[in-house]
Amino acid sequence: MNAPTRLAEQLADPLRIAGRAYRSRLLIGTGKYRDFDETRRAVEASGAEIVTVAIRRTNIGQNTDEPSLLEALPPSRYTILPNTAGCYSAEDAVRTLRLARELLDGHDLVKLEVLGDPDTLYPNVIETLKAAETLVRDGFKVMVYTSDDPIVARQLENIGCVAIMPLASLIGSGMGILNPWNLELIIGNAKVPVVVDAGVGTASDAAVAMELGCDAVLMNTAVAKAQNPLLMAQAMKKAVEAGREAFLAGRMPKKLYSASPSSPAAGLIPPKVA
Amino acid sequence: MIYPRVIGVFKVIQLSVNGQIQRVEPGVDLARLLEKLELSGKRVAVEMNGEIVPRSRYAGTRLTEGDALEIVVAVGGG
Repeated sequence: MNAPTRLAEQLADPLRIAGRAYRSRLLIGTGKYRDFDETRRAVEASGAEIVTVAIRRTNIGQNTDEPSLLEALPPSRYTILPNTAGCYSAEDAVRTLRLARELLDGHDLVKLEVLGDPDTLYPNVIETLKAAETLVRDGFKVMVYTSDDPIVARQLENIGCVAIMPLASLIGSGMGILNPWNLELIIGNAKVPVVVDAGVGTASDAAVAMELGCDAVLMNTAVAKAQNPLLMAQAMKKAVEAGREAFLAGRMPKKLYSASPSSPAAGLIPPKVA
Repeated sequence: MIYPRVIGVFKVIQLSVNGQIQRVEPGVDLARLLEKLELSGKRVAVEMNGEIVPRSRYAGTRLTEGDALEIVVAVGGG
């Protein structure tokens, strides 16, 4: 095989989740945008193929001709990933995703998140494990939001989750990756894709996540609450691609406390003798 | 046991839809309720008394006094 073919193959490098291949390794949340048009344009700029949505009560008797999110982001074009945001128990999360499956004509790829408290939105891993067991038994393909605990990650994988999604930092905080060492442990152990979910603030955070060896990054607020969401969506696309390529390329070893010249030492013009 | 209420000459039954009280005539099915709420043909999912009602069964699912319905849609979210 010649070098250009290998390069082309590496660039193709699809993300595989539950048996399906995706070109983009950036997953985008659809909350907090000004309107559905901005949502649609940001998702387009990001190149994302998987977009998360929340499931909520419909307004009764108000604005019945209002456009719907799934008209802006049609399921024929995007993989819609319904979430359980706002659920604080396994029971509520399972109920929400059963409704989502009905809403999306039997679509069974879902994002499970069971939260612990409204201040931190930190995952309640005990309820998350319970919900994951029920959902996997019920035939769902579960992508699961969790803490960056490698043991919990392994248990979720053993239950049969199709992707493990540890937080980088708190949801919506934009604080970036707080514990790259734990993420590396999770990535090193996992046989299913690891997706950093939550906490990414700017493009470098996404690039670092990918350089660590994450399979993908899921974000919402970093794009939606940027001063210019469309430009940030594009920046995130590039950051995820650059981070992935840097990971595949394999970075140079770090040389601590000693430099190594990039230019040859031989053939140097000798210093002028006075 | 809750008996159908009488308002004027019409009998009505009372339902809870997304936590709000809705009144319909006895014998109405779920398809008719969705029509009344202008949700026919919209992408929604319905849970009735804790059980999901598949779209194919909206017509023919009779509503009775005290039924609790949840009607959900997809909205923006992370």
